[in-house]
Amino acid sequence: MSESPVRVGLFVTCLVDLYRPTVGFAAVKLLEEAGCHVEVPMAQTCCGQPAYNSGAKASARAIARDVIAAFEGFDYVVAPSGSCAGMLREHYPTLFSDEPDVFQRAQHLAKRVYELTSFLTDVMKLERVAAHYDGTVTYHDSCSGLRELGVKAQPRKLLKDVEGLTLKELPGAEICCGFGGTFCIKYPKISERMASDKALDIAATGADTLLAGDMGCLLNMAGKLTRLGKPVRVRHVAEVLADMTASVPPIGSSFKETRDGSHQP
Amino acid sequence: MAEARDQILEGLRKALKRGALPAEKEAELTARLAAHRPNLIPARATRLDHAGRINLFIEMAEEVQTTVVRVKSNADVPAAIADYLATNNLPSRLVMTPDPTLDDFPWETRPLLEIRRGRAGDGDLIGVTGGFAGIAETGTLMLISGPLTPTRNNFLPDHHICVMRSDQIVASYEEAWGRLRAHTDMPRTVNFITGPSRTGDIEQRLELGAHGPRRLHIVLIEG
Amino acid sequence: MEATSHNFKTNAQKALGDPNLQKALGKMREGFPARRLATIARLPEFEALRDQGKAIKDHTLEHLDYYLETFERNVTARGGHVHWCRTPGEARETVLAICRALEAKMVTKGKTMIAEEIALNEYLEENGITPVETDLGEYIIQLRNEPPSHIIAPAIHLVKEQVAETFRAVHTQLDPNRRLDEARQMCDEARTVLRQKFLAADVGITGANFLIAETGSSIIVTNEGNGDLTQTLTKAHIVLASLEKVVPTLEDASTILRLLARSATGQEFSTYTTVSTGPRRPEDTDGPGEYHVILLDNGRSSMLGTEFQDMLRCIRCSACMNHCPVYATVGGHAYGWVYPGPMGAVLTPQLIGLEEAGHLPNASTFCGRCESVCPMKIPLPKMMRHWREREYDRHASPPRWRVGLAIWAYFARRPALYHHASALASGLLGFWGSARGRFRTLPLASGWTGGRDMPAPEGRTFHALWQERRRNARGPHG
Repeated sequence: MSESPVRVGLFVTCLVDLYRPTVGFAAVKLLEEAGCHVEVPMAQTCCGQPAYNSGAKASARAIARDVIAAFEGFDYVVAPSGSCAGMLREHYPTLFSDEPDVFQRAQHLAKRVYELTSFLTDVMKLERVAAHYDGTVTYHDSCSGLRELGVKAQPRKLLKDVEGLTLKELPGAEICCGFGGTFCIKYPKISERMASDKALDIAATGADTLLAGDMGCLLNMAGKLTRLGKPVRVRHVAEVLADMTASVPPIGSSFKETRDGSHQP
Repeated sequence: MAEARDQILEGLRKALKRGALPAEKEAELTARLAAHRPNLIPARATRLDHAGRINLFIEMAEEVQTTVVRVKSNADVPAAIADYLATNNLPSRLVMTPDPTLDDFPWETRPLLEIRRGRAGDGDLIGVTGGFAGIAETGTLMLISGPLTPTRNNFLPDHHICVMRSDQIVASYEEAWGRLRAHTDMPRTVNFITGPSRTGDIEQRLELGAHGPRRLHIVLIEG
Repeated sequence: MEATSHNFKTNAQKALGDPNLQKALGKMREGFPARRLATIARLPEFEALRDQGKAIKDHTLEHLDYYLETFERNVTARGGHVHWCRTPGEARETVLAICRALEAKMVTKGKTMIAEEIALNEYLEENGITPVETDLGEYIIQLRNEPPSHIIAPAIHLVKEQVAETFRAVHTQLDPNRRLDEARQMCDEARTVLRQKFLAADVGITGANFLIAETGSSIIVTNEGNGDLTQTLTKAHIVLASLEKVVPTLEDASTILRLLARSATGQEFSTYTTVSTGPRRPEDTDGPGEYHVILLDNGRSSMLGTEFQDMLRCIRCSACMNHCPVYATVGGHAYGWVYPGPMGAVLTPQLIGLEEAGHLPNASTFCGRCESVCPMKIPLPKMMRHWREREYDRHASPPRWRVGLAIWAYFARRPALYHHASALASGLLGFWGSARGRFRTLPLASGWTGGRDMPAPEGRTFHALWQERRRNARGPHG
């Protein structure tokens, strides 16, 4: 008797959708190769964090209701982002503490939500990916994924067996990069300093590649690294794990630049 | 001021959405206080036997720059103190608390020690005290104030020499509180002392001897 | 102290460009987290103790009236006095009255943040009494006329050259040719100078890490021993404590004490942990003649029963600010008042108002590191978010934010519209940025591009591509 495949609803995330669809396709590829059937509900835009973290609770609740409705019926909901998955899992239920039926549905959603790499290892029990990447990689632990969802070992486990890849630990990997959603716009100078410190730590590892699991962090760190003229290729971890690094240049860079080795600011 | 007190208490009750606690609840809380049950006590010291606790006490004390010397009996105490002074090139004048537990040592075996019994003053370089307990968990001394154990003797001298018996070593703070409650009423001051005085306030560089003693030396009587 | 929290951004800007401060913060960033980690690694029960500490405080707060009354009864039974003060003004006046009754000219002070909160020093000085800080860090900043920048290491923002400069300027009685290059020399100098103050002081004022209901005691922890010399040698020991400092028993305090030093400095236990109960006993030859506890409310009772109640569990260890990436870049003075870092971000708006302190809970990325190291498991980011909610509800956030958010939320609730707009934005930015893959400058985004490049998007949105693929997969008949 064959089991029907695990039905996964992909939570694309607004930044992947807008900035880097390749990450979404990489997630789909990884999920399908792990044996999942992936659907992408059209009625999704954003998890609502910008409103939630700005104190606009009513807006956050409205968006959350939409998301809860859109993702009903899937076995799992997977996001290539620790902060979005964290929002859905840890924060959605608290938004509805005064509405028992929505609260219940939010809890039901929360139980099914996972960040991508931890879903692959912890739920689908994936041991390794079949991917190839030539490079020395250092990994930044995005805050929400790390602290809200416990994502730490999982991406490293999968990266370890990527052919050609050497993993070099980043000192201060768990220190915030300074993105923080609206924080980087509201307190740009402080954010910049945090990003600089992170960029210097990254450059000091000697790694030629930076990976992380969250687009916000990646955009922030990539922008800082190129501004500082540091020749580090920045990608979302899913791109490497899905062996899709040929399809798109590193974040903030162009194929010309990576091909000719130049990295002009 | 009674007004302030009443207003504050009323404000607390209002915030907690209730009036004053009913009598049974108060009785429950009073019983809880009277029972003063210990919470979780780390196994670090409690899982050791007495000899193990003594070793742990010394190990933890030495980690924080306390020096410890073990002697066999009361008879060895004056010599141990004289040795400490000689090794550290210190004068032989010292102030000693009137603590009767310090009476029984043969001070006459070290006649060059000039011992003044009493309260320490600013000019006293070396102070000798007894102690109430030693807590193995963190190498901490427990000293209590009293008519014969003025607190300032633990703080004014540059060198604090504390004479302890190994049977005063306990595993935990909780055990020490138990002993204190059995022994006496709450004293004015209970000092838990873990190493000599220190500060990291200048560029976080650790320096010993901020305001209290620069050195803490324990003479631990085994017998 | 005069609050400058409303100037947080300017303060922060200044701090970012201050080389001495940045050097000092670098040292802090390396030291504290590593030491804490090393020490808690040696205590397997640490996590369980955190849960117990939280439970003790939660229980106490639920019955705070009972425990404060019990505390007062036991203080009084030993001959001490408890003074209930609603406001900083009442607290200051009470301290002054005690000092005046003893004709005090000079008071020594152990470290107490409550004294900062009620601006005690200036008040005493105005009334002819000289307060002398005895904690080395507090002493240094008192000489420099600066507020503390950290709740346990008040002078952490200074490099040693600055300390030496201050000592030279103030200790004019000493040989001007003396060497003051090393911390050792400065410590010795402070020891000598302050020893005389300890001996001459009339009244000693300390804070309290804990108040013990069971025995009517107060507990302070220091590494220097200054708090002990302050309270033992004087005619009166005044303890400044806010209401939430009380715990039920000595055993309860012992449990939380196991968390305190480890979380603060990475020590197993503070050098001097002192339990003070009442004035000297009639037969004692030592100890203060009077024992006064100032119980300060100043907004604590208003936190009880609200979404900010958990903040009352704080034991002022400083782990949160030691691990905060924002504090690590701007230091404590930027926060503009008594309490900096994450705990300051939650407490300050409560004590001095959201209008003055609104920046503080906003200047956080919610990275959560503070909460993860808080020994009392206080959900600091959650409470900062509550302040942001209050600000939003009061329309106190900047108008362009509300408008921007409202527009964004309008789109976010309309997927079809949103997807069209995203496709447009992605297309435009993707096109403009395609050559280099990034923008050096971008209109309306100077906050970002001032300091970093803006990566260019791929040019099409995921949803557009996904729909396209599905259409192609279905084929010409699909």
